[in-house]
Amino acid sequence: MKKLESTLPNMFIVLTLIALISAAALGATYGVTEPILAEQARQRRIQAVSEVVPAFDNQPTDEAITPPDNPSVQLFPARRAGEAVGAAVQISTGAGYGGTIELMVGFGSDGTVTGLSVLRHQETPGLGARITQEGFRSQFVGQAPADELQIDGITAATISSQAVIAAVERAWQILESTGGIR
Amino acid sequence: MSSVTLTREFTKGFLRENPVFVLLLGMCPTLGVTSSAINGLGMGLATTAVLLGSNIVIAVVKDLIPDKVRIPAFIVIIASFVTIIDLTMAAFLPPLHEQLGLFIPLIVVNCIILGRAEAFASRNTLVASAVDGLGMGLGFAFALTLLGAIREFLGAGAIFGLPVPFLFDNPILIFIMPPGAFIALGFLIAVVNTLREKAGA
Repeated sequence: MKKLESTLPNMFIVLTLIALISAAALGATYGVTEPILAEQARQRRIQAVSEVVPAFDNQPTDEAITPPDNPSVQLFPARRAGEAVGAAVQISTGAGYGGTIELMVGFGSDGTVTGLSVLRHQETPGLGARITQEGFRSQFVGQAPADELQIDGITAATISSQAVIAAVERAWQILESTGGIR
Repeated sequence: MSSVTLTREFTKGFLRENPVFVLLLGMCPTLGVTSSAINGLGMGLATTAVLLGSNIVIAVVKDLIPDKVRIPAFIVIIASFVTIIDLTMAAFLPPLHEQLGLFIPLIVVNCIILGRAEAFASRNTLVASAVDGLGMGLGFAFALTLLGAIREFLGAGAIFGLPVPFLFDNPILIFIMPPGAFIALGFLIAVVNTLREKAGA
């Protein structure tokens, strides 16, 4: 077949056709994958919440509260048999060593930390990235940010450690100021 | 086209014209994602899928595309393939997609893809273009996996996530950080150049 010549109508028609066909292919792919992706995102959030708070029987992710003065923070109340047993706070901090650290902090009804998980971070592998390790995170459990937190920072990763500690304290303050655990 | 040249088109991507070690194309994903062997393999295979798809489509429609608008036409086709792969991976291979995240959309601007479209697929038959895409893609995947394996072995003391005795407890951290990518790639290119010289290439 001879090559199509570069006349204006030819170029116009061909580019339009290619764009239309591509758009149709993309639309079809999106239609198939979108429900799967939405479900995955939901599962991940439920998973993250249930890792840090005491056992609950409500749907914390459906009851999420966004404090008006802290729109980047989300609160997930956890209830069992209608009674408040705790809350998870999703919070991010820019005080780390490499970009944003996103945390999920769980609090029990007595105001102590029940769990901490690092959702996302870009700290230095082997140093700051150790904030994700059990040994560092488990120190928070049982301590109340209302008193002073007693945490051993990670050697050679003071900035990362401090960022997490400050974020946990801030999470508690925000939770308190929006009415605490209820 | 005889099968001998088809074989040649297929194998050239591995050493003779390896996109990473010889052509030095696609350095951004090469340096960025190869902190472990599995990441390198995943990125390499995703690129292969895009390369194969775009080469085939471009070889089929090459006569319908007027010369003056061929580059925008190629880019639209490539970008569509990348987005389809991106969404499909996110839906069906979420852990790998999380690791490669940022780099999948960057396949669009990976010079290898447009380079093969322009230099090969727009001038050759469907079969030859498919073989070229597959060979170049797998050559890219091979290079990324090798680089990832070396960096993971030295920097994390593991290979494909399996710990290696001694090194696992005393890893050479710099190799999984960005400077390590440059160092490891530099040595690999030196090795490949020596091999090619010996082979008289």
